[in-house]
Amino acid sequence: MIDTLRLTAEEAKRLLETRQISGAELFAAYRAAIDAHDEELHCYLHVCDDPGGEGIPIALKDVIGTKGIPTTAGSRILEGYVPVYDSTVVERLKAHGLRILGKTNTDEFAMGSSTENSAFGPSHNPWDPSRVPGGSGGGSAAAVTAGLAPWALGSDTGGSIKQPSALCGNVGLRPTYGTVSRYGIVAFASSLDQVGPVARTVRDCAYLYSIIAGRDACDSTTVELPHAVELPEAEELKGLRIGVPKELNEAEGIEPGVAAAVQAAIAKLEALGAEVGECSLPQSVEYGMACYYLITPAEASSNLARYDGVRYGYRADATERLEMYERTRNEGFGDEPKRRIMVGTYALSAGYYDAYYGQAQKVRTVIKQEHDALFETFDALVSPTSPTVAFPLGARTADPIAMYLSDLLTIPSCMAGLPGLSIPCGLSEGLPVGLQLIGPQFAENALFRIGHALERAIGFDAVPERLR
Amino acid sequence: MGIDREQLLHVAHLARLELRDDEVERLEGQLNDILAAVSKVSELDLSDVPPTSHPLDVVNVWDEDEPRPCLSVEDALANAPERDGNFFKVPPGGTA
Repeated sequence: MIDTLRLTAEEAKRLLETRQISGAELFAAYRAAIDAHDEELHCYLHVCDDPGGEGIPIALKDVIGTKGIPTTAGSRILEGYVPVYDSTVVERLKAHGLRILGKTNTDEFAMGSSTENSAFGPSHNPWDPSRVPGGSGGGSAAAVTAGLAPWALGSDTGGSIKQPSALCGNVGLRPTYGTVSRYGIVAFASSLDQVGPVARTVRDCAYLYSIIAGRDACDSTTVELPHAVELPEAEELKGLRIGVPKELNEAEGIEPGVAAAVQAAIAKLEALGAEVGECSLPQSVEYGMACYYLITPAEASSNLARYDGVRYGYRADATERLEMYERTRNEGFGDEPKRRIMVGTYALSAGYYDAYYGQAQKVRTVIKQEHDALFETFDALVSPTSPTVAFPLGARTADPIAMYLSDLLTIPSCMAGLPGLSIPCGLSEGLPVGLQLIGPQFAENALFRIGHALERAIGFDAVPERLR
Repeated sequence: MGIDREQLLHVAHLARLELRDDEVERLEGQLNDILAAVSKVSELDLSDVPPTSHPLDVVNVWDEDEPRPCLSVEDALANAPERDGNFFKVPPGGTA
């Protein structure tokens, strides 16, 4: 009997290699779990048949292009679109024998923090289905927690991997910008978008990262990793210096239960031998949100210009071409992409560019410099991943700015292109709390080491109580 | 800085979005809230700070100009809403 709720990818790999289970049995176990639970949780937009082979199954966020498998980015405008080529990350997974279980739900074009912006309906949190799983990659995060996939890929622009992992109680990595190819990924904001792993353990997360990372000739913004990915083993943290940025840990809106769980974990970091010290990011948190909500809509307004009803995707009925473009885009896009296209177009338009987009790019420099300065003293920074635990469905849908604040603590490091790892560190009100570790560029191995040691010390049970 | 209805319709046209009346109504309020929130960036005096457009210090990447296999015509047209032979077909119209 395969217990998909507890099986790690590492253990699955061992069972497959020693032929204690077959590839077909393993795939079938996940398909059975999906059949049993996905009607309630709605993690998947598309479920695949077993392509055969002995590799580990994996779920993919539906912004990741997959040859012959529908890819919608959670949008009506891409309904029915079937890519004719694989994204580079999918080519790399297939080269490792991994088998695609299906495509997971996402806020439309990865714009959102709850999956409620998906044109195909929200996903639900496995800890409490009346609550959101986070977003935009809520489908991937919920699938891993509910045992509907051993691991998954997400994509992260301002928190779309880390925040859902925090709300669902699993491990998510936003890699250093440029370490994972964006070729074949549905673009949202190109100077921030990064694909990354969602897993049940830090070691699984590191292993999946090692498969997808590295330079790709098809994405000229990618770079070779300066050092190989190491699977973490150490259970102590002697010699590591970890900073606690005041603004990320004391921001208005952080729930007391979240702060308490993170503080308890920080005490464990010290007990494991790390040196912990207070530090400050004076402008990054204060101005990060405003900066992010100018830069990303500006880039999105440009990236989403391609959806015009000509080459692929939805086309509205019209007798004249301009009418066809405008109607296709209005009927095909949901509210959030429209809001961001409008804000971005405005921020880039003549007369407003310098005050909005130009100024935001300068703020981005300040954010980067503030983080760089801290990494002269610290190996990593720690804070809550999300200010709150999973919130009820519908709680923030009427107020876009309240929804935007879900990513308050993840956005600054994303703007600076830095890697971030979220691991579960405890419960508040019976729901998981995520702890975020941020490192300098290319410091994934340090994050894995810290995350792994802390994960062992905390001993969080990642299976939701209602499913145990 | 705020956005009035006339500007909103102009921006919608630039973005090729044909908004319904009820959407214009709703967006006007939401966009003004969002613009008020993001205008916070103007509080900082950053006249001496250079802009960042990209988080890594990568320079342009040059590639040899050599032909290699690419999508076939059939693949390129596989998702076309409408095609005519080897072309994407669109409705007529001269202004856009």
